[in-house]
Amino acid sequence: MTMEQTQLKAATARPARATNDLARRIRQSRIAWAYIAPAGLLMLFVTLFPYIYQVGMAFTNYRIQNLRFNIFDPDTWERFAPAWVGLDNFRRILTSQLTVENYDFGRLLLFNVTWTVTNVALHVSLGVVIALALNQKDLIGRKVYRALFILPWAIPGYITALTWKNMYDQRFGAVNHLLRAANGFLGTDLPTNIRWLEQAQPPIGGPLAFLPLAYYALLLTNVWLGWPFMTVVATGALQAIPNDLYEAANMDGANAWQKFWHVTVPLIRPAMVPAIMLGTIWTFNNFAVIYFISEGGPFGRTEILVTQAFKLVYEQRLYGVAAAFGIVIFVILLVFTIANNRITRATEAYDV
Amino acid sequence: MSSKRRRAIWRQVGLQAFLLTVTAFVVFPILWIVSLSLDPRGIDKPLDLTLIPPGASLDAYRKVLIEPFGLLCRNPNDPASCMTFGSLLRNSLLVALGTSVVAVILGSSAAYAFSRFRFIGRQAGMLGFIVLIMLPTTAALAPLYVLLSQIRFGGESLRTTLLGLSLAYASSTMPFAVWNLKGYFDTIPKELEEAARIDGASLTQTFVRIMLPLALPALAVTILFSFMAGWTEFVLAWTFLENPSRFTLAMALRSMQGQYATPWSEFSAMSILMSLPIVLLFFLMQRYVVSGLAAGAVKG
Repeated sequence: MTMEQTQLKAATARPARATNDLARRIRQSRIAWAYIAPAGLLMLFVTLFPYIYQVGMAFTNYRIQNLRFNIFDPDTWERFAPAWVGLDNFRRILTSQLTVENYDFGRLLLFNVTWTVTNVALHVSLGVVIALALNQKDLIGRKVYRALFILPWAIPGYITALTWKNMYDQRFGAVNHLLRAANGFLGTDLPTNIRWLEQAQPPIGGPLAFLPLAYYALLLTNVWLGWPFMTVVATGALQAIPNDLYEAANMDGANAWQKFWHVTVPLIRPAMVPAIMLGTIWTFNNFAVIYFISEGGPFGRTEILVTQAFKLVYEQRLYGVAAAFGIVIFVILLVFTIANNRITRATEAYDV
Repeated sequence: MSSKRRRAIWRQVGLQAFLLTVTAFVVFPILWIVSLSLDPRGIDKPLDLTLIPPGASLDAYRKVLIEPFGLLCRNPNDPASCMTFGSLLRNSLLVALGTSVVAVILGSSAAYAFSRFRFIGRQAGMLGFIVLIMLPTTAALAPLYVLLSQIRFGGESLRTTLLGLSLAYASSTMPFAVWNLKGYFDTIPKELEEAARIDGASLTQTFVRIMLPLALPALAVTILFSFMAGWTEFVLAWTFLENPSRFTLAMALRSMQGQYATPWSEFSAMSILMSLPIVLLFFLMQRYVVSGLAAGAVKG
């Protein structure tokens, strides 16, 4: 075969193979999408469609008098269609010009971010430390602890929230009772009449003065609620670490601290990062704890974005503004998740 | 005693002290609500910190389990038309089971495609499912209401049925289910499926007979979480359902939270009764929960 012939053959073979590849890819894609279709269609109708509708609502002044508007029923269009207001809802949300009591977007965002970061940090550190303790080979009573520690996770969230609200009651709540008992038992002089959820004076001044006492109470509740998930994830990851890595570290003369930072942390990191991402989204949008315990008080200073959005719907009946608010929340979380996705590459193909 | 042994003992003492402190923190609110449920005074105002209150009785449990719920009646003047614990339980079970069945079947099918095929639109599809986790559900209530009202099913709108509710809940647990299952499928070696394919099994057969049994822990986690979502949700249920005969336990519990007075003993008893099935499920599936979740995340 001459050089020219070979080149010619190669030149004709390449497009043929490319078409074949493409045909195979399309066939594969069809099968794959057939598997995804049932879930995809459900999401499309029950989740995505309402959100698209929501996006439309966000540019209108949709209020209670527009509730009879039905996009599928042309008879309602003329009388009940809400007026188009463009970006006005977004402008009023972001510049704090809503006629809602105690509304301040900057404060809401600052509180929401502080709330999320402190919670997730405590969940993860407490979760990992407890997982480490439970993973010690010589630990007595491991099974009992494991069973008990799953309880906060297993109890429905709003039952937990309402129980803690009861416990923070100023006169009759369990927390103040506990302080009273501690005073009697230890002879200390702790205050026993604390208004956990109502006190307006922040316990720590200076840069932390924007956090009322209710924040610390809510934090305690949410830490109670949130660490077991992190412990479970960390336990699974810890159990997957081969023991010879620790033996090798021992031979190199590493101390416990060095083993933790140089063996344990890098190896549980891949499991913790997606869990942290999920935990962040859940905490950022954690409705039950805030809404049922402090109801955003005192003076809206423990309000987070989702509780504010809910109040816009159920108390103010400002559906258009609430729709815009939902989009603002979504965009904030999206920016965060894309940044996180870049780092963790959670959607990467698994070919090793 | 050798110093090594002494060190081991001190280590154990330290560990136990730490874990007992955590236990106290975990158990305190639970004991508090147990104590409230036993308190015959039916108030939110016990003046002391005792596990067994004076005159403790199981009366609140009897009331919740046997007496009809006066606020949930088709006809307010007819006690026979009111919901009982049994009928509420039936509805809750239907919704929770419906949610988990839909979530696990549709979720595992989609996750299988994302894990095993390289196809056009894969990255976008994966990202789409993750993005959906971020949408706050409380925000899209109104359009969902309109949409489900439009779909007629057996002479009534889908919105007012338990099936419609199950579909809405399944849809909200779907992104997590798909994501976690996909992560778990990724850890299962391809070789087993390839061997089955060579032996002439079809794609569906490999998926059902090979993949699903191997992914049991992740399936268990999906079922557990979606069951829990269906069992405890009440915002959508409260907004959508009209006929009291379809009401759920979670709605009944919510209805007890009065604006001025809450019957705390009964509320606590009901909370405990509602939490028990979930806690039992968690205990039964504990082994699966650890492996079914972690493996899903490990791949990253």
